[in-house]
Amino acid sequence: MAYIIRRIILFVVTMATVSLITFSVFQVMPGDPIRIMLGTEADETQVETLKKQLGLDQPLHIQYMDWVKGLVTGDLGDSIRFSRPVTELLADRLPVTISLALITLIIVVIVAIPLGIFVAKRQNKLSDVVFSSVTQLGMAVPSFWLGMLLILYLGMNFSFFTISGYVPWTQSVVGALGALLLPALTIAIPQIAVKFRYVRNAILEQLRLDYVRTIRSKGITEKFVMYKHVLRNSMIPILTVFGLITAEVVAGTIIVEQVFSLPGIGQLLITSISYRDFPLVQGIVMYITFVVVFINFIVDILYSVLDPRIRLN
Amino acid sequence: MRENKKWLMLVLMMFCVLMISACSSEGGNVDGEKAQEIKVRINDDPDFLDPHLATASISYQMILNMFEGLFAPETDGSLSPAIAESYELSEDGLTYTFNIRDNVKFHNGNTVKVEDITYTFDRLMGTKNGDPLSSNFNNVASIEAPDTDTFVIKLKEPNSNFLYSLTALQSAIIPASNEGKHNDNPIGTGPFKFVKYSPGANLELAKHEDYWDEKLPYLDKVTFVFQSDDQSALMALKAKEVDLTGVPANRLAEVENDFNIRKQNNNSTLVVTFNQEREPFKDVRVRQAINYAINKGDIIDAVFSGYATPIGSNMSPAMGDYYKDGLQDVYARNIEKAKELLAEAGYPDGFSTKISVSSHNDMYSNIAQVIVENLREIGIKVEIEVVEWGIWLERIYFGRDYDMTTIDLTGRPSAYEILNDYISTNDSENFFRFKNAEFDKIMADVLKEADRDKQIQMYQRAQEILNEDSASVYIADYQVLWASDKEIEGLKSYPFWFHDMSEVRFTE
Repeated sequence: MAYIIRRIILFVVTMATVSLITFSVFQVMPGDPIRIMLGTEADETQVETLKKQLGLDQPLHIQYMDWVKGLVTGDLGDSIRFSRPVTELLADRLPVTISLALITLIIVVIVAIPLGIFVAKRQNKLSDVVFSSVTQLGMAVPSFWLGMLLILYLGMNFSFFTISGYVPWTQSVVGALGALLLPALTIAIPQIAVKFRYVRNAILEQLRLDYVRTIRSKGITEKFVMYKHVLRNSMIPILTVFGLITAEVVAGTIIVEQVFSLPGIGQLLITSISYRDFPLVQGIVMYITFVVVFINFIVDILYSVLDPRIRLN
Repeated sequence: MRENKKWLMLVLMMFCVLMISACSSEGGNVDGEKAQEIKVRINDDPDFLDPHLATASISYQMILNMFEGLFAPETDGSLSPAIAESYELSEDGLTYTFNIRDNVKFHNGNTVKVEDITYTFDRLMGTKNGDPLSSNFNNVASIEAPDTDTFVIKLKEPNSNFLYSLTALQSAIIPASNEGKHNDNPIGTGPFKFVKYSPGANLELAKHEDYWDEKLPYLDKVTFVFQSDDQSALMALKAKEVDLTGVPANRLAEVENDFNIRKQNNNSTLVVTFNQEREPFKDVRVRQAINYAINKGDIIDAVFSGYATPIGSNMSPAMGDYYKDGLQDVYARNIEKAKELLAEAGYPDGFSTKISVSSHNDMYSNIAQVIVENLREIGIKVEIEVVEWGIWLERIYFGRDYDMTTIDLTGRPSAYEILNDYISTNDSENFFRFKNAEFDKIMADVLKEADRDKQIQMYQRAQEILNEDSASVYIADYQVLWASDKEIEGLKSYPFWFHDMSEVRFTE
């Protein structure tokens, strides 16, 4: 219980700090949301009316306080650029980004863990060396370029893939997969390249420990040693790393959504920043912070499930 | 054993994915059904769907398909009757009496009544709710609706340009019954009606069945797909995910052979300009020297691959009769002359300056690079500064804190609205800080001139002044290149940004 309360306090403090930082950045950033939206043709009368209607003629700290007041009641305000409630815009975009992130995570997990085990079993053999070199390449490839290569070689040749835009799951499951698979691969490939090394090292570390020698000497098969004992014990460091992936996947979606024109949270964030759409930026930042904090919370809980010796305090 | 099962699962999953992809490629060809539907790529979202709030030219490209004003702008810059069937102007040039067309219906099925027209103008002028949405009607003394078919506007002063503020660009007629929902669920009288707007993704429009011009439109559905990245747009075109997209001239080679290409003049004026409140640009000789030094041909070739028409003043040949021909040759490249002028102005060795350009389109920094090379030849050292669009607007366009910049000024149907940027008292638009008494007088007089031929003479003289005084370096009106995978007919070219879909149809 004390653990939960501490977590919640930490969460509120994190959110408050993040929103204050975002707010301060907006204060020093030049550019006026209405001017950017209306461009060079802006009619002065209209600019004044809009500023009044949106409350942008108020000093920034009052705008911020109004925003905080709204937040407490669950209202994130209206986007300036799209004249719609921020919550509605987020709700529209969430399925895209969540699907993308989940597919990415699944790909990373089903490839990186078996690959890590495979390479760990063959330590210092040729395949280990080859995979380690490929890692360097995978880490170095910029994701926007990788995305374009995938579009060019897979997207253009197989009509299964949609290379720009999104098809909702409710409309067509196949269509949604076609739209999300390539972007998910784009984020996943560099992640796999890094993460399977973690898996490999974690397993190798366990293999060196005394208990492994003991159970081996009992005559248990190598498979049982690996999957029953070693893998479970290497899960703690692996889990930590996969918890961190979430933040990286969220960051990855920002670029990849641009490349594949996916109408997700990342694309919305870029738009909202360039339009100085303060309520929308705040809303998205709050959401991302929430996701990252929440995942860390889940990871903490999973620790105690994997290793009952770890207590939540 | 357990491991074997896992492998089996994996193989099964792979098999499923393959099956799914195989099925979908068979079902992919539905060209026959698609014939009456078009997907048009647009760079960005509209700013507003409410026609009275929309301002950015990108919005009008789309929403003008949904709305109409009392008059409609035509492709040659003239006006044709739309919701107003005809009009009369009183002798003193102050009272306009409009006869309202009978059978015009809103998208919700209601007939356009004179009350809706009154409502439209009340809303724009803020006479009912107190907050005006436009300054275009400051000159209106009163509006009246004497009977069900007649609408009257009285002006305070005669204004020969007034009818231009009665198109859907500035006063789209919208129904009073839709108050409060004009942005979320816009209703107009245009050939297409609003279906759905998904921010960041697309805007869907469908045929307006009760459109007053029964022949139109041909298409059943129009979807504007928002895609800011040219690379992705070209790929989407190749994958047949969009039917029509603009192509930057430097990428034309990638699609030229496989797609239909059409060229469209867009009445934009690309200028390289200077802050005329600052030294040394205060001196007309310095401005003329720069004009002689810049080679328009270099820019047209380097940035637009030749797809642009050189101009010599703030007017494009797209404006027809109003355009003054010949000015584009006045400052033919002449390095010697440029150096002489600079020396006369007191800068025999040139000077250093900075050109500040926006980053939202590569075009501007590409132009700036040509300018740097051109001006180096007469001793002017130019530094390029690239800033974000929001900062460009705030600091350069509205703040006037700059030496040189380059921008394309969007076309409008009215010659007056194109040229009025240079009136010395037009604080909001005259970011050049250009000042010329004769120019100001012509622009004031032309509003009082009722005769069209005389108006044309005056507008042409105004263009000459901008050229003589070198108010900017006028580079070109660049063409918009359209690529489509099918033969499309009826795509009209307007002197402002408008993707008129009303007459578009597939010819296959």
